[in-house]
Amino acid sequence: MTKDEAQRCRWTFYEAVNLRPMHTSRSQGTWGFETSQDREGGLLLQLSGRMDAVNAGAMLRDLGALLERTRPRALTVDLSGVTYVDDFGVLVLIQMRHRMTARSGSFSLIHLTDNAKEILSLLRFDEVTEKPAFTKKPTPNLFVRLGDATLRHIHEFQFLTSFTGSIFLALLYVLRHPRSLRKEDTLLAMQRTGVDALPIVGLISFLLGLIIAFMSSVQLRQFGADIYVASLVSLAMTRELGPIMTAIIVAGRSGSAYAAEIGTMRISEEIDALFTMGLDPTRFLAVPKVIASLVVVPLLTLFSDLFAVLGGLLVGVLMLDLTANAYIAQTFVTLTPFDVFLGVFKSVVFAFLIAWIGCFRGFRVRGGAASVGQATTSAVVSSIFLIILTDSLFSVILRYWG
Amino acid sequence: MNRQPIIQVRDLIARYGDETILEGVSFDVYEGEIFVILGGSGCGKSTLLKHLIGLIRPSSGQILIDGEDLALADSHAYQRLLRKIGILYQSGALFGSMTLAENVALPITEYTEVPLDLVSSLVRMKLNLVHLAGYEDYLPSEISGGMKKRAGLARAMALNPKILFFDEPSAGLDPVTSAGLDNLILHLNKTLGTTMVIVTHELQSILAVAQRVIMLDRGAKGIIAEGDPRHLRETSRNPLVRRFFNRLPEDSWIPA
Repeated sequence: MTKDEAQRCRWTFYEAVNLRPMHTSRSQGTWGFETSQDREGGLLLQLSGRMDAVNAGAMLRDLGALLERTRPRALTVDLSGVTYVDDFGVLVLIQMRHRMTARSGSFSLIHLTDNAKEILSLLRFDEVTEKPAFTKKPTPNLFVRLGDATLRHIHEFQFLTSFTGSIFLALLYVLRHPRSLRKEDTLLAMQRTGVDALPIVGLISFLLGLIIAFMSSVQLRQFGADIYVASLVSLAMTRELGPIMTAIIVAGRSGSAYAAEIGTMRISEEIDALFTMGLDPTRFLAVPKVIASLVVVPLLTLFSDLFAVLGGLLVGVLMLDLTANAYIAQTFVTLTPFDVFLGVFKSVVFAFLIAWIGCFRGFRVRGGAASVGQATTSAVVSSIFLIILTDSLFSVILRYWG
Repeated sequence: MNRQPIIQVRDLIARYGDETILEGVSFDVYEGEIFVILGGSGCGKSTLLKHLIGLIRPSSGQILIDGEDLALADSHAYQRLLRKIGILYQSGALFGSMTLAENVALPITEYTEVPLDLVSSLVRMKLNLVHLAGYEDYLPSEISGGMKKRAGLARAMALNPKILFFDEPSAGLDPVTSAGLDNLILHLNKTLGTTMVIVTHELQSILAVAQRVIMLDRGAKGIIAEGDPRHLRETSRNPLVRRFFNRLPEDSWIPA
C-alpha cells in the first residue's frame, strides 16, 4: 500500500440498488468505510452504516476490491460505526477473514456492539470455516443409474399389474353388489366425461367430416363418382376416425382430469384416509370413472359419426350438387351394422384404456405439485399412444380374420 | 412506552360475503415487540393475519405497516412493503420442486446482489440456525412436518425482514421442537430486533414468548382482551379469557 493511499481518507457513501426491483422501485441503502494504516503496517478498516441484505452485495464487491488492491498483512475491522449487523453482514466479515487467511494475513474485529456480538455468537462466527458451499449429493455412475432405472421400470410394471387386477376385482365386486357402486360419483363422472364433451366432439367431428368430403371429392369428381363421397365419409368415420378422434378428445379432457384429481388426493393424504377407513380406493375412485367412461365414450362415438356425416352432407349438397336424400341413402347402403358395431366396440376398449391409465397415473403420484403435472401429462401421452397402438392391432386382426 | 408503532390497525371490518368476522378491530404493534394474536378456533385469527399481510383487502378500516396504508398501496409500494415482512405459513409452504437450499436461496438470489457462490454459505447459516444443517439437498417431500416448518422459517427470514408473521408456528410440532422454535423466536427478536407477530393458541408458547397479546372472540367479533399474557391469566375478569388461559372447558361442553 502506498503512503499516499494510506493517508487518504475516503468516505464513500453508496446508494446501493441491491434490491432488484420487481417493477422499478429503488431501494436505497447506505454504508461507508474509512481506512487508515496502523503502526505495524496493517490496515484499519472502519465500517459504518447497516450491514444487511440491502448492502451486502456492494460491501462484498467493494471491500473485496479494496483488499485486492491494498493487500495488507493484517486487517483490523472496527465495527463501532455499524448500526445493524445480520447474517448478511456476518457473511461480509467471513469473506474478509477468508481473504486474509488465504494470504496468511491476520484478521481481527474491534469495537463490537452488543448486537454484533450476539449475532456473531449465534452464527458461530469463530467456528465457521470458509469451505465454499455445501457438498452436493454425488451423482451415481452410469451402471448404478441404469440399474436404478431398470428396477424402477420393473416396479412400475408390478404396480401396473396389481392395479389392473384390483380394478377388475373391484368391477366384479360392483357387478355382484350393484348397490356398492357410488352412484352420484358415477353420474357426475358421466356428466363431466360425456355431456360436457359433446360440444367439442360434435364440432371436431363435423369439421372432420367436412374435410374428408372436401378432400375426397376433388379426387372422386375426376371419375364422376361424387356419390361415393358419402360412402367414404361414413365408412372412414364409423370404423376408424370416429372412435379414435373421440378417444383422443376424451383422453385430453378427462384422462388428464382423472390423473390430476387422484394425484392431488394422494398428495393431501386423502387416499391414505380412504384406505385406513377400510374403503378400497380403487373401488371408491377408479370404478366410477371406469364405468362412466365405458358408458359415455361409445355414445360420444356415435354422436361423432353422426356429426361427421352431417359435415359430409353439407359438402355434398352445397358443392357436389347431390341431393340430401341421395347422400343419406348412399350412406345407408354403404354402412353395415358390423361397421357401426366395430366402431362402438373399439371405443369401449379405448374408454377402458383412458380411465385405466388416468387412474393409474394418479395413484402413482408421489411428492409434490410437480409430480401431479407429470402424472397428468403422462396420462394423456400414454393413453393416446395406447389408443393408436390398439387401433393398429384391430386393423391387423381384422385384415386376417375378417 | 415510547417505541414506534410498526403496525397500526384502525377500525378494521372483515367480511366474507354477508358474514362479518371482525367488527371494528383496532390495535398497534410496536417495533421490536413479540406480539401474539390468540383466540379459540373460528375467531378470525387467520383472517386477521391475512389482512395484515395484504392477502385480503379490508371491507373497511385502515391497516398501516411501517406508516404505509396497505389498502392504498399501489403495486410498487406493496412490493416495497413485502420486502419488509416475512411469513411462516402453517405447513411451511415450501416449493415442492426445489430442495431446501433452493427454497431458502430463492429470495436471496432474487433480491440481493450477493454472488451466487456466497449465497450457499448464507443458506447454510440460515439452515444451521433452524437446526437443519445437512438437509440442504433434501426435497420438502422427503422431510417431516416439523422440519418443513423450520425450513419455512429459514425461508421467511432469508432477507431478515423487519416483521416476521407466524401462522400457528407450533401446531403439529413436538414439545421439544416447539420449545426450540420459541427460543429461536426470542433470540432473533433480541439479536436482530425483528418484530414478531404470531397467531397461535398454544398456551405454553404464548406464555414463553409473548410480550403483549390480543385475544379475539367469535361472539364479540373482535378483541376481548389486550395486554401481558401472564397478567391476563391472573387478573382478567372476563370468563372467556380466564377459561382460555387456565385451559378450562366451556360449561356446556359435557354436562356435569
